[in-house]
Amino acid sequence: MSALIEADGLTRILPETVPVTLVKDVSLSIDPGEFVAITGPSGSGKSSLLYLLGLLDLPTSGRLSVDGRDCGDMDEAARARLRLDKMGFVFQFHFLLPEFSARDNIAIPMRKLGRLSRGEINDRAEALLASLGLEDHVHKKPFQLSGGQRQRVAVARSLANDPALLLADEPTGSLDSKSSEQVFSILRALVREQGKTVLVVTHDMEMAGRMDRRIHLVDGMLADAEATV
Amino acid sequence: MRLILDIALTHIVGRGRQTFVAVIGVAVGVGFSIAMAALMQGGQDDFVEQLIDTMPHVQITDERRTSKRQPAEDRFAAAQISGLRPPDDRRGIINPTAAMAWLDAWLPGRYSASLRTQGVVRYVGREAGASIVGVDPATERAVSPIVGDFVAGSFIALGAGGNNIVMGDRMADKLGAGLGDTVSAVSSTGLSRAFRIVGLFHTGTTARDEGEAYILLKNAQILSERANAINDIRVKLDDPFSSPPIARRIEAELGYKAVAWQEASEGIMEAFVVRNVIMYTVVAAIMLVAGFGIFNIVSTITHEKARDIAIMKSLGFSQNDMQRMFVIEGLAIGGAGSALGWALGFALTTALASVRFELDAGGQEITNLPIAWSGLHYAIASVFALGSAAVAGYLPARRAARLNPVDIIRGAS
Ligand SMILES: Nc1ncnc2c1ncn2[C@@H]1O[C@H](COP(=O)(O)OP(=O)(O)OP(=O)(O)O)[C@@H](O)[C@H]1O
Ligand SMILES: [Mg+2]
Repeated sequence: MSALIEADGLTRILPETVPVTLVKDVSLSIDPGEFVAITGPSGSGKSSLLYLLGLLDLPTSGRLSVDGRDCGDMDEAARARLRLDKMGFVFQFHFLLPEFSARDNIAIPMRKLGRLSRGEINDRAEALLASLGLEDHVHKKPFQLSGGQRQRVAVARSLANDPALLLADEPTGSLDSKSSEQVFSILRALVREQGKTVLVVTHDMEMAGRMDRRIHLVDGMLADAEATV
Repeated sequence: MRLILDIALTHIVGRGRQTFVAVIGVAVGVGFSIAMAALMQGGQDDFVEQLIDTMPHVQITDERRTSKRQPAEDRFAAAQISGLRPPDDRRGIINPTAAMAWLDAWLPGRYSASLRTQGVVRYVGREAGASIVGVDPATERAVSPIVGDFVAGSFIALGAGGNNIVMGDRMADKLGAGLGDTVSAVSSTGLSRAFRIVGLFHTGTTARDEGEAYILLKNAQILSERANAINDIRVKLDDPFSSPPIARRIEAELGYKAVAWQEASEGIMEAFVVRNVIMYTVVAAIMLVAGFGIFNIVSTITHEKARDIAIMKSLGFSQNDMQRMFVIEGLAIGGAGSALGWALGFALTTALASVRFELDAGGQEITNLPIAWSGLHYAIASVFALGSAAVAGYLPARRAARLNPVDIIRGAS
């Protein structure tokens, strides 16, 4: 089976007066269906790496291919299209659009992709919410939801277009342990039951230990401690 | 596209008061532009209408535009002659009968031939210089600017037998003469005849009211000792706007200068062009100001919604999508303002059209402001408004679309 993500010497340097190296010479390969933790001390470049893999940021050097396609020669619109079609993001902060209800937030990526009718989109959005235990909050706006509920809506939105790859940056960082466990279970179920590939940046070593594989960063570089559990 | 529109609308609805102010700004701009255009176009149309009413559409005189070819030019190839003026042809238009027969054959309109001479009108020791115009009342009626402007007597009375004259009321005032008095007219050759005043007109054009007197053509020919002569043919066309080619045709055939009214009023027509340029400059300036309002709100929204921009980008919206979204917001405000502006413009124009005022220029006249109703004014104002809205939306949109989502996501986390 070919790799979903293939990175080779990925480096990102910010062109400040004193150049800042965020990620340095990272080469890795992630297969479909893997449940991967990205760990490392604060400031070690975990988020930066995730942005590069999610095509939100561009590497200064190195090569990256996603789903067999070389990202080096894609233009901005093609990268946006690939994100829309193949990837889902979950950030530490929920990042929902405040004017739209939970259901309508989830509908946005589906409407953008344009494969389903409005009725199908609403049905799917409601089904996603129900699968995350939010069937009673379909029409609530983000400010009417608790932090954990918002984060679950954000997870539901990241799954809207049924992406092959889910990228999560400390998705449980702002949640209490019960909500954290809930979100973690959802992510694990996605891998186990739907065969999705999930990358999670986390500080929680215990949580990282329960995943398939761990990528450890120190000062923007891969540390040898990459371990398979 | 619907999606982008939906999101754009939540943005502008979310800033209700500011949006309202921007919409009003555009509406006022559009409304006043429409009213101003209606007023200026109305004034212009009114003026042109008066020109068409009072001026001959084509005037043929016994002048020639260019001087005759000189014998020296025929003899010597290199001869160049300058400073020549065509001579005043005392004979008037040569062979007027043939010329008039030719006109009768095809001219889409009516004409009147007359003899215009300079002379003096005397009355008990006072005198006034005058253009004494010899006319045929029957044909003159169709082309004359004065027929409808009589304050005493009438034009028709000219042909009533005896030697009659009609003149402007100001000339009569100057002479101290009134209806029924007998004045004497003296031609430039010194011949004098007595005429009874049978009509006084007031056209409102001072030069005419002070300086023109009309007698029968026959009498004018006798007075100036030019039997059968005419030196002025005035044409009224069925379609006044067809006059330039007709004037050219006449001039080519008869060889005499034939001037269309557009040519005669060239200076005024040019002034109208300048006026229109000024008007559209003002409209553009108003829209620029309205554009600032739109720029301001779209710019505020892009700052306020920086986080949403980053989210949407992470979800898979492209730079183009984001740009389109904010341009739509500008256009939506411009469009709403434009629609409201149409209503405002219509109301203002209606109000202006109903204004009545008294004009006191020798005799009380009640007049309305001349107003032109034209869909074009509405279209032009909207084009300006939407154009400025598009630019005002585009500038902040372009900046916002280029925002790096990573910077914002880092900043917010
Ligand atoms: N715009 C920037 N200018 C300067 N330095 C930056 C910028 N963005 C990130 N950095 C630095 O790059 C390094 C990597 O940042 P990054 O956010 O990837 O770390 P991280 O591993 O996600 O940390 P955390 O666990 O605290 O989220 C940090 O040292 C950070 O200070
Ligand atoms: Mg981080």
